[in-house]
Amino acid sequence: MDAESLLLSLELASGSGQGLSPDRRASLLTSLLLVKRDYRYDRVLFWGRILGLVADYYIAQGLSEDQLAPRKTLYSLNCMEWSLLPPATEEMMAQTSVVKGRFMGDPSHEYEHTELQKINEGGKVFEEEVVVQIKEETRLVSIIDQIDKAVAIIPRGALFKTPFGPIHVNRTFEGLSLSEAKKLSSYFHFREPVQLKNKTLLEKADLDPSLDFMDSLEHDIPKGSWSIQMERGNALVVLRSLLWPGLTFFHAPRTKNCGYIYVGTGEKNIDLPFML
Amino acid sequence: MEDSTSPKREKANQDPREAGQPWEEVTAASSQGLESGLSEPLELEQGLETGPQPRSPPQSPQSRASIPLDDLTGPGASYPPSPPQEASYTPSPPALARQDLAVPWQSDKTTSVNPEAGTPHVHHLEQSSDKGESTASHTFQSEGSTFRQSQQTKHHLYGPEDVNYNNSKQKELRFNIFQDEDSNSNYDLDYAEPGVSELAPSMLEITIQSAKAYLQKTSSKSGLNLYDHLSDMLAKVLDERPENAVDIIESISQDVKMRHFRKKLDTLQNENEMLPTYEIAEKQRALFLQGNLEGADQELEDEIAENALPNVMESAFYFEQAGVGLGTDETYRIFLALKQLTDTHPIQRCRFWGKILGLEMNYIVAEVEFREGEDEEDVEEEDVTEERDDADSEADEDDEDQLPRTFYKTPQAIPKEENRTGANKYVYFVCNEPGRPWVKLPSVTPAQIVTARKIKKFFTGRLDAPIISYPPFPGNESNYLRAQIARISAGTHVSPLGFYQFGEEEGEEEEEVEGRRDSFEENPDFEGTQVIDLVESLSNWVHHVQHILSQGRCNWFNPIQKSEEEEEEEDEEKEEEKGEEPDYTEQEVGPPLLTPISEDLEIQNIPPWTTRLSSNLIPQYAVAVLRSNLWPGAYAFSNGKKFENFYIGWGHKYSLDNYTPPALPPVYQEYPSGAEITEMDDPTVEEEQAFRAAQEAAVLSAEENEETEEDEEEDDYDQE
Repeated sequence: MDAESLLLSLELASGSGQGLSPDRRASLLTSLLLVKRDYRYDRVLFWGRILGLVADYYIAQGLSEDQLAPRKTLYSLNCMEWSLLPPATEEMMAQTSVVKGRFMGDPSHEYEHTELQKINEGGKVFEEEVVVQIKEETRLVSIIDQIDKAVAIIPRGALFKTPFGPIHVNRTFEGLSLSEAKKLSSYFHFREPVQLKNKTLLEKADLDPSLDFMDSLEHDIPKGSWSIQMERGNALVVLRSLLWPGLTFFHAPRTKNCGYIYVGTGEKNIDLPFML
Repeated sequence: MEDSTSPKREKANQDPREAGQPWEEVTAASSQGLESGLSEPLELEQGLETGPQPRSPPQSPQSRASIPLDDLTGPGASYPPSPPQEASYTPSPPALARQDLAVPWQSDKTTSVNPEAGTPHVHHLEQSSDKGESTASHTFQSEGSTFRQSQQTKHHLYGPEDVNYNNSKQKELRFNIFQDEDSNSNYDLDYAEPGVSELAPSMLEITIQSAKAYLQKTSSKSGLNLYDHLSDMLAKVLDERPENAVDIIESISQDVKMRHFRKKLDTLQNENEMLPTYEIAEKQRALFLQGNLEGADQELEDEIAENALPNVMESAFYFEQAGVGLGTDETYRIFLALKQLTDTHPIQRCRFWGKILGLEMNYIVAEVEFREGEDEEDVEEEDVTEERDDADSEADEDDEDQLPRTFYKTPQAIPKEENRTGANKYVYFVCNEPGRPWVKLPSVTPAQIVTARKIKKFFTGRLDAPIISYPPFPGNESNYLRAQIARISAGTHVSPLGFYQFGEEEGEEEEEVEGRRDSFEENPDFEGTQVIDLVESLSNWVHHVQHILSQGRCNWFNPIQKSEEEEEEEDEEKEEEKGEEPDYTEQEVGPPLLTPISEDLEIQNIPPWTTRLSSNLIPQYAVAVLRSNLWPGAYAFSNGKKFENFYIGWGHKYSLDNYTPPALPPVYQEYPSGAEITEMDDPTVEEEQAFRAAQEAAVLSAEENEETEEDEEEDDYDQE
């Protein structure tokens, strides 16, 4: 959610129950402004909160002019002092995919994972158990990246693409209409499109290239991994991800207010197919 | 209004010059046009506040006016080209351009009309360009052409915009026109003097005219024309002054187009879409108004005295310190809904249990304890034990062949606990949204709890939705919801040590079998614990809800006792089968009530609870917050004296490993395999042959025996 409309956004997202305590809210309001100034970001988003056993991580992201450029992620333990996280790499993802369980809450904590590695020593090949240390920071980075790629969403029309390439916030975006807001196809993944090219020509003909340049939620696998609800009558539409429980996206139809926040343990819900 | 009058004066003055009826008509026509055109320059004048107008008459406009008149048969020009001596009074040009047009027009006008003023002609033009429109000169010229056109078509071309715009001004102008007949303005309008310069601008004029005509062509599809659209757009941009307008110009264009259509469809769409919003608002309004029933003073006192309603707002405040909560407004609405619940049902105590999220709708759960003796009757559930008799009666009694009987006995259903005890201690009401009616959930049975432990399903939000799972859940979503609520309560409802104590009437000796104490009461001597203590050590918190055994109940139920009775009845038939049932099932024991939560099991190295102070910055007023790791979403807070439990989440337990559905049980041995029913292998060919050979050998030997006997007998005969 945008740091500028933090209070309103928190209020709108409060239906999921997990929010922020007043002192965190107050700290965020001040510290995010400073972050924006210091790092010269165009927009700062408060991404959410990852619950750890000992402490919680508060995550913020900074965006530059081009909305789809890779975002800088910052984390903090007390909402005041922010540290920049390194960008996610494939290697990190592979490494941290073996770690299971909750986050500790201590960024220097190291997970131990024993692996069998084949070691060549003088012609002989034998396997040895190697204990690999994985830092919690790395895990944090890759989880945030995974969540972003999987479930960060934005309504259709909120961003538009210019012929020169960069993607801008659409200032004339007035919100989705009610009928559009109830459909999954009006929401896009807030990331580089992956499935767009696979569309048939007929489908592509209907797309508006300045608005429809991202994947829509319609074709997400497994089907039904999003729960759309209208709260307060029809005054607020809330999407909750079932794949990463804790991610809440809210939008007030016909207004500009929209945003998402993740408050959860940072674990994927692999049991989803059983639960539907 | 000087300037406005001056053109009029000019006009009026021209009249006597030309004189004649046609002139008058033209005058009338053009005066109308003049008026309409004047409204714009009027505004302009007020804006500009130019003083006495410059008087350098550029002959060009007028001369221009005269020459291309003939060409001006153009679109809709039905009127005979009247001498443009009326001066190029612009009939009101389209809205936006009017200002620009006005300026050049005015400059044109005034310069031609009033040569007295010393202000250079350039002045006005500069002003016009100051307006920021680069098309000033263009409009200047086009204005001339438009004037002509409109003059002839009686401002037909510019439609309602002009009329609207000019209505207020028209009377004024007319008045002025007829007033100021005598003018001292210069009538340099020498329309009959085409200058040399006319030739070049005339080509330009023609191009401009045709361009403008093209722009004003009405689209066959939408009925708009580009000229109007562009002027609308530019008007909007100028009014709103967005930043970087050039970047969003396309969207602005779209918006302007949309505006044409919006009015007709608006009301219809809004009606349908906003209905649910209004509905829920109505319902919630009812919540707010319920307090306005005939409230006598007595009732008010009763209400205050009864105290069945918890102070939800206070708890919400503390939970907010912990970062948990539904938002103040929503909580208040829930508060009112709870009040409604307590008013309509005979409730002793009520608590806001929490919120369970679902796919389509969510559940708001209230935990309720009815007053003594006011329990509502539950719908009786089918007696499961009857099924066993059916199975027995299937056995056919045939004299010849008795079909093998199955030994399978449906395991006896464990009866559910009585209301107010164990897992059914409290009654739960749910609703989807505050304002909607509360629905009572049925009591939970042990079978449901046992099955609920084996499945993991999302709630849809509809209480009558079926649960399709393996093992099949005995019930629908309302039962599953109730079972999960029972599990969550048993697992995560905690209170500070000492807040509750056991009742003192129970004797110590009764503790053995039945007497796991299941009743407690508030400790009146509770003095509160330090918040720091509550955070640092888990042993300061205790469970105050009974643990649910793996049987599905809180109090152990021994299934053997009853089954012994039944077995006596069936003894005759099933003597041999007795041995297959276990004679003795171990009593399941769980941790007793009020055990500290430090005794809770870990989940594979993860502590079951996380404790936190709500605020590190101001510890002296912070509250202790407990978060369950076993049931994510369960919270408890305490500020030393008060405590409360809350749940918000999807309603599932946490597990590190993936969920695996339980395996199917092995196929049941339904009959003993004995010799009579076991299939035997058919004899092989060799065996058959050997058998036949053996038989033949036996027969042969029998025959031989007979022959030898006969032979012997014959021998005997011979010998004698």
